[in-house]
Amino acid sequence: MNMKNNTETIHTLSVYVANKPGVLARVAQVFARRGYNIDSLVVSPSMDGRYSRMTIAAKGSLAGLDQIIQQVSKLVDVIHCTDHAFDSAVVKELALIKVAVSTNERTEALQVCEHFDAKTVDLTETSMIVMVTGGSEKVDACTGMLKKFNVVELVRTGKVVMARGGDTT
Amino acid sequence: MSSKPMTGAEALIKCLENEGVEYIFGLSGGAALPIYDALVDSRIKLILVRHEQGASHMADGYARATGKPGVVLVTSGPGATNTITGLMTAHMDSIPMIVITGQTISSMLGKDAFQEADVYDLSMPVVKHSYLVKSTTDIPRLIREAFHITSTGRPGPVLIDVPKDFSAGPFEGDLYPEMDLPGYKPEDRQINKDDALAIAEAINKSRRPVLLVGHGALIAGAQNAIMQLAEKIKAPVVTTLLGKGAFPESHPLSLGMLGMHGTAYANKAVAECDLIMSIGSRFDDRIIGKPDMFCHNATRIHIDIDPSEFGRMIPCHHYCQGDAREVTETLLDHVAQLNTTEWLSTLEKYKKRYPLTYKQRGGLKMQCILDELNNMLGGKGIVATDVGQHQMWAAQFIRSEKPNTWLSSGGAGTMGYGFPAAIGAQFGRPQEQVWAIVGDGGFQMTMCELATASINHLPVKVIVMNNRYLGMVRQWQELFFDDRKSGVDLEGSPDFAKLAECYAPALGLTLKRSADIGKMLKRAMDYNDGPVVINAMVEKTDNVFPMIPAGAPLEEMLIKEPRKNTKLEKPTGST
Repeated sequence: MNMKNNTETIHTLSVYVANKPGVLARVAQVFARRGYNIDSLVVSPSMDGRYSRMTIAAKGSLAGLDQIIQQVSKLVDVIHCTDHAFDSAVVKELALIKVAVSTNERTEALQVCEHFDAKTVDLTETSMIVMVTGGSEKVDACTGMLKKFNVVELVRTGKVVMARGGDTT
Repeated sequence: MSSKPMTGAEALIKCLENEGVEYIFGLSGGAALPIYDALVDSRIKLILVRHEQGASHMADGYARATGKPGVVLVTSGPGATNTITGLMTAHMDSIPMIVITGQTISSMLGKDAFQEADVYDLSMPVVKHSYLVKSTTDIPRLIREAFHITSTGRPGPVLIDVPKDFSAGPFEGDLYPEMDLPGYKPEDRQINKDDALAIAEAINKSRRPVLLVGHGALIAGAQNAIMQLAEKIKAPVVTTLLGKGAFPESHPLSLGMLGMHGTAYANKAVAECDLIMSIGSRFDDRIIGKPDMFCHNATRIHIDIDPSEFGRMIPCHHYCQGDAREVTETLLDHVAQLNTTEWLSTLEKYKKRYPLTYKQRGGLKMQCILDELNNMLGGKGIVATDVGQHQMWAAQFIRSEKPNTWLSSGGAGTMGYGFPAAIGAQFGRPQEQVWAIVGDGGFQMTMCELATASINHLPVKVIVMNNRYLGMVRQWQELFFDDRKSGVDLEGSPDFAKLAECYAPALGLTLKRSADIGKMLKRAMDYNDGPVVINAMVEKTDNVFPMIPAGAPLEEMLIKEPRKNTKLEKPTGST
């Protein structure tokens, strides 16, 4: 509650919601009204079909984010909203990277993939699609290395998060 | 009774009856036809308005005066969008209200059909919750949920958008279904005892405490608990604009309203206290002035049912989430009797030194009318106000003694609110004398509801404080913009007394001289066949003081009109 930290940090919020119409719009509106940009957003059904899980990565001051968490939590269809910035949650994402590589560049590109434990999920004479999963830093690094070649397209799922051990996400 | 199956609209009306709805304020139209048809056979009384904004403020006024949710029923498109201002007004002030809007048939949604407005999305930022009906069967559950949501926890308006095929279609299902609100459990929130104990401990150390009482205290019915607490710890009480009525203003511990146009002694008390405890206020920007200067040396305590208010405007030392009455009652058991004699005598000096005054000479003054009305009311009756100078003067001079007798648009500052809100209040509490204090600007925004008041023979008494200006804006232009008047001159308005006479049995009166105030108010009080409009030709250019310029600390309060040609800096605060 204190204005302890006004520097911008990335926060990964996990929002557990009732699977009702309009809930995404309501959550998004809280961020928009406070001038926050959502870096990534993943919505998926949970084990119980009546509920969905949203994972939202957003950048901003901690003080402002506290407010957002409170206001999201207060929405009628939100069960709970948790910030995973400081606990040791598992945070992963997946990227598909389409790289235009000629036959003689391919070996080097595949070496990069191997290092990052990435897979090629499509391969043609002139291009390949690389699928890499892991923490955001790893996905960033892999994408960075592949920029040496001609990256034609990049799609990232955005972060998904899960609390470790006995903690609830 | 016919053997026809029930329609969705009939089910809807049946559900409203089951919720105890007495009145629906509304205006019909194509997409609402089935629901209006169902109303014909209902015991619920339909109050036909002349504009949907009026309906929304009437429902709001009804809710504020009775504590029960007000209900609005309008058609789709413009009918629905005309309620947005009313929704926002109710949302800002935490008012329970249900707005039911007709909608085009579901297969036409999103196709820009005739009178289609996406009111479900449009209204989202100004409602507590909203629904778009997706099947006839759902209607009873949504109505039940809507009434539960609107009136529990921190109240707020709920909108229900009903496509016409679902209101017209046959109803199948259960009229008494279970609610399905897994994310909404306001009743689960128990008061944290440790928080309460920490607060009690802080209070027990205080020598100069102040209780800041807001609307949340009224919603919770905390007035008795607050009275006991104030008397036990001998703390002065200041109220917000919306907290008026939560503590009797004639009580020796009352300092009246604080904030931008609050009393000088209330603001001085807050500036000099060593502990401030808010019970159900949200430290609105109109009361804290400059946030980092507000009570910066005092222990700050915030009690609120809505934890998202905590730390939103100013950081506090102690927070306690809960119903204002429950928290206050809990505190009562743990606070000691304090010795505040010195503190109270300081404040008593301020009261004597900086009383609310106005010049006795010159033309007709709003303050004078309000002062006299206050004396005649003697703490009885209900007063609704519009927004502007008259509102602030009314807040200063009308002493609120009882809960739910002061209706004013606080957070939203909605001009046009006062008159329809008074109508709603009169429906809700027919035995009470209801006064609407309005300006010539705001009244003209919703005065078409004179028809509604007349046809229903409502004895609402309206005082139009007619200064031929948008007075508050003019005041700011005078003080901060070198008196360069821009868009504030209301010359060309009608003669409001004559206008009222056009709406027989309404009575129109003209008040020009201070000497006639008592006589005129008495005439209005004695007229009960319909509304009374007093066209009060007040001074054109009076200014409201005390005043804390927006964004300035409380210490920079202007207690009186500054000398002519005093150069004031433009306020840094929002408005």
